[in-house]
Amino acid sequence: MSQPPTANGKPETANRLDELVSERTTWAGSVRSTAASMRAWIFLFFLLVGFEIWAQLAYHTTFLFNPFNASSIAVFTVGPLLLALGQTFVVISGGIDLSVGFTMGLAAVVFSRILNLSTGVLPDPLALVVALVVALLASAVPGLINGLLIAILRVPPFIGTLGMYGVARGIAYLMAGGTTVPISNPVVSFIGNQPLTLLSIGDFHGSIPIIVLITILLTVAMMFMLSQSRFGRHVYAIGGNRQASLRAGINVSRNTIALYILSALSAGIGGILYTARFTAGAPQAGETLLLDSIAAVVIGGASLFGGSGTITGTVIGALIIAVIQYGLVFVNVEPFWQFVAVGVVIIISVLVDQTQKQLSGARTDE
Amino acid sequence: MSEQPILQVQSVSKRFGGVHALENVSMDLYPGEVLALAGDNGAGKSTLIKIISGVHHPDEGKIWYNGAEATFENPQKAREQGIETIYQDLALADNLDVGANVFLGREPMRRVLGLSVLDRKKMRVEAAEALRVLDIRIHRFDLPLRSMSGGQRQAVAIGRAIHWKAKVLIMDEPTAALGVPEQRKVIALIKSLKQSGVGVIFISHNLVDIFAVSDRIVVLRRGQKVGETATQATNSDEIVRWMVGG
Repeated sequence: MSQPPTANGKPETANRLDELVSERTTWAGSVRSTAASMRAWIFLFFLLVGFEIWAQLAYHTTFLFNPFNASSIAVFTVGPLLLALGQTFVVISGGIDLSVGFTMGLAAVVFSRILNLSTGVLPDPLALVVALVVALLASAVPGLINGLLIAILRVPPFIGTLGMYGVARGIAYLMAGGTTVPISNPVVSFIGNQPLTLLSIGDFHGSIPIIVLITILLTVAMMFMLSQSRFGRHVYAIGGNRQASLRAGINVSRNTIALYILSALSAGIGGILYTARFTAGAPQAGETLLLDSIAAVVIGGASLFGGSGTITGTVIGALIIAVIQYGLVFVNVEPFWQFVAVGVVIIISVLVDQTQKQLSGARTDE
Repeated sequence: MSEQPILQVQSVSKRFGGVHALENVSMDLYPGEVLALAGDNGAGKSTLIKIISGVHHPDEGKIWYNGAEATFENPQKAREQGIETIYQDLALADNLDVGANVFLGREPMRRVLGLSVLDRKKMRVEAAEALRVLDIRIHRFDLPLRSMSGGQRQAVAIGRAIHWKAKVLIMDEPTAALGVPEQRKVIALIKSLKQSGVGVIFISHNLVDIFAVSDRIVVLRRGQKVGETATQATNSDEIVRWMVGG
């Protein structure tokens, strides 16, 4: 039987107990959410310090305080980050997109092909616009199919996008004729390889590679979309509790399709920037980047079970991967060790995340 | 209690294949009243609330809501008009905070520099207000629900219904998954709901809870209404007899 109610209509012990419960769980909850984002920052910090010490001891040179290194790391980050931006949305929704690497390749090849067809016929900048639009449309197709498979036919994301990985790969190679497609549009190669001087004071020139600038702008846009828009909020809700989202009247199917298209478009932009940087479109442009994109998202604190993750985390995750890759080159380690290092880092971050959940995520009513 | 029922179920029958899930069941619900629906497994409680909330449609009989005959195409339509169902699993996104859950699917936006952004402050303030009406204490509105207790989560689900002006609240076994102190909390919540004029249909296996909170009890057995009584005028023995058909 319930106790006699107090002045506010509630049993007294329930009130007191509730406060106790709430304080204990509050502490655990905040520790967990802060820890996920702090972990990535701390890891990046130690990574930079580690490479600095390595460079100092082995080669008596600096790794950190070298503008060329900073700029190179930024350029190294572009590829993994662009794939990881869309991947972040997908992972937060509780899915995964394995097709991004070859969607990137497909976009790169389509972009090069269309650019070569239109350059000469149209003025250079206009040719770029045409190629850009067609390549983005082409890259949206695998995303749309992924979305339809997963949202309407209820194919598990892992399987649906793995199938699309094969399809996009094959079509990209077919369209490229099995080789790379060089381009010769001066506007595109300028965008791909020139820095933009933002600030000039005397001898100091603050400049930034154009592709890095484009990536920063896209990152800010995606950050806004995820954290400030209804769509972003619904992505979190779907990843947290799909059933609850349905009952709350959220159009889960439409949102799911939209986020796989977003992932494909973000990979497509990656393919276009790749083509601009190397002045050639290659079907295998994103082959090694699938692992990197998932790594960036996971290292950035997103849970592969869905419901959590941030763009900021993903940016740090992508930076960590770029620092590992560039740093190992800088200290003269055989390049194949990069794959080993990134793979190990993924596994470690998932393990740390699981351990932390077990330590602090337990609810008191269970 | 006002004179006019908010919800009337009139001679409703429902068959699934050859099975009579409900046969000629009638009941009324008044604003500010808690009506307990009792019955063994398979007695037809779920079918009845699913008909009221728009999941199923009656084969025979009518539902009157707010003075007019109501046919809800789907639960969404019923909810829009103020019939809210809180299921056992609560339908909350555990990874989001209180405000986000109260406003899930209906997020308010504000304009910043011409861009439309989520109005987090409004969500938090209004969620806090909805819970204050229910006299719930939640100290931190910026934490995900997973860090909260079962009773607090139940309160958020109820707070959401209150905020969206539910007139009829259907609660399916709201105390089943909770510890004893949390159960008491929910019972207290339902009592404060009554004061705000909401009509509550309360489904429970737990006779102690039913007697603690309800004004009237309707007992179903094998799809038929076998008893209806004011809670004060009965005792658990009688309810159990009706439930098992002794």
